[in-house]
Amino acid sequence: MDSEKQKAILEILEQDARTTPEQIAAMLGVDAEQVKQAIQQMESSGVIRRYKTVIDWDRFGEERVFAFIDVKVSPAREVGFDDVAERIYRFPQVHAVYLVSGDHDLRVIVSGRTMKEVAAFVAERLAPLDRVQATYTQFVLKRYKEDGEVYAETETDRRLVMAP
Amino acid sequence: MKPLSQAVASVPPSGIRRFFDVAAQLEDCISLGVGEPDFVTPWHIREAAIWAIEKGFTTYTSNYGLFTLRQRIASHLKARYGVDYSPESEIIVTVGVSEGLDIAMRALLNPGDEVIFFEPSYVSYAPCVLFAGGKPVPVPTDYRQGFQPDVHRLREAITPRTKAVLLCYPNNPTGAVASRAALEEVVRIAVEHDLYLITDEIYDRLVYDTQHTCVASLPGAAERTILLGGFSKSYAMTGWRIGYACAPAQIIEMMMKVHQYTMLCAPIAAQKAAEEALERGEPEVERMRREYDRRRRLIVERLNEIGLECVPPQGAFYVFPSIRCTGLRSEEFTEQLLWEERVAVVPGNVFGNSGEGHVRLSYATSLPKIEEALHRIERFVNKRRK
Repeated sequence: MDSEKQKAILEILEQDARTTPEQIAAMLGVDAEQVKQAIQQMESSGVIRRYKTVIDWDRFGEERVFAFIDVKVSPAREVGFDDVAERIYRFPQVHAVYLVSGDHDLRVIVSGRTMKEVAAFVAERLAPLDRVQATYTQFVLKRYKEDGEVYAETETDRRLVMAP
Repeated sequence: MKPLSQAVASVPPSGIRRFFDVAAQLEDCISLGVGEPDFVTPWHIREAAIWAIEKGFTTYTSNYGLFTLRQRIASHLKARYGVDYSPESEIIVTVGVSEGLDIAMRALLNPGDEVIFFEPSYVSYAPCVLFAGGKPVPVPTDYRQGFQPDVHRLREAITPRTKAVLLCYPNNPTGAVASRAALEEVVRIAVEHDLYLITDEIYDRLVYDTQHTCVASLPGAAERTILLGGFSKSYAMTGWRIGYACAPAQIIEMMMKVHQYTMLCAPIAAQKAAEEALERGEPEVERMRREYDRRRRLIVERLNEIGLECVPPQGAFYVFPSIRCTGLRSEEFTEQLLWEERVAVVPGNVFGNSGEGHVRLSYATSLPKIEEALHRIERFVNKRRK
């Protein structure tokens, strides 16, 4: 299967991971067996890391607090920022860690059940780490869009039900 | 009171009205009956129009349309299809292809002039010809030939009163894309009989596994062709009502007279949006086209499995399967499907007699909805299979 088709499979799965190989095969005009093989191959090579579900926890009624924490780190010979980054990303409450340009070095996204919990994590776990010089915490007040998903009322279909 | 206009009275009311009223009331109805994209206009285009309104672009424009927009249309057509139109005198910005069609007919026709078009066809063609005092001459095309223009029947339909041939490829309702060879033959016939060509290319950007042939680019065509194009389908801009007509200067001058006294100009905000669409809309056009293509393949495969045979359409966003296996007429099929399974489709006969025995399904609907609709259609057909 050519890389164009593989890319198309990935795009379809990225939108809806539950699309079956048969449906994908029909959409792309290829054989379902080929699609299955391509998916398996991309799973084993790590191109497809895993399948997950996009959940609106707010709507479920579960409170979750997110915070962006910018961290200033003094780099170390040989490892740069990598070792500190690793120390941080291993905590399960850490949602994401990026090395960024600008005033700070690492941007960390942390989640917790309450602001207190997140604040405690920063004070007790993050700030005391060796070579962490400063942290700067911003709590998320409202999430509008995340990973391409808009968290608002969806735009309704305003079209007439029948039109020539 | 004195009788109203005969020309208008002679046109039957829309054939879908009856189904529309029912479908609009059914809550869990899935509609595959819509002739417009399910995408909302790409945000960058909407944003450009908002900006334009904020900046005070709220006036009339030149009757021809904004010169900057005409320049962009000209260079777009040149780059895509190699056709040359002067933005000064050969392009007019219209209120959708609908207006372009109307003013083209009024500019061309004298009472009794005949206009030939291939059927099944878009529902506006015959009425537009009638309103302009002409005589519509539908020429049927055949499902087994993939609804390709039948040049043999075209020749037979020509009389001394024939004035023009009206083409629409990619086609609504069949999704057919005419082969280049067939279109070249149509042009040869037009040259031979000195006929005008009106070509509605509103679906030009929605073609799959093939290339669009711009009729005006064919040898001998440009001098006798009115090219109608627009933004509604390619850029999901139906509600903006914006399109264009391109033709030799003397024809545009005639169309211009009708346009200036009846329409004045297309809305300026829509013209600014159209500029943005041409300038930066290409990735979005391709994104939507690819999405339609995937749905198209899925719907064609499923319909054939169900037993509603269809030739894979190569353009637009319609499939026009045969419903022969059910033994029903188009309107019976549509009505029963609507009541029993709550799926709205358009009966093929509203697109002309040769559409009888078919229904039109639009795949401008999200995939999960298409799948659910096909599931219901399958249940419906299984109960009736002969």
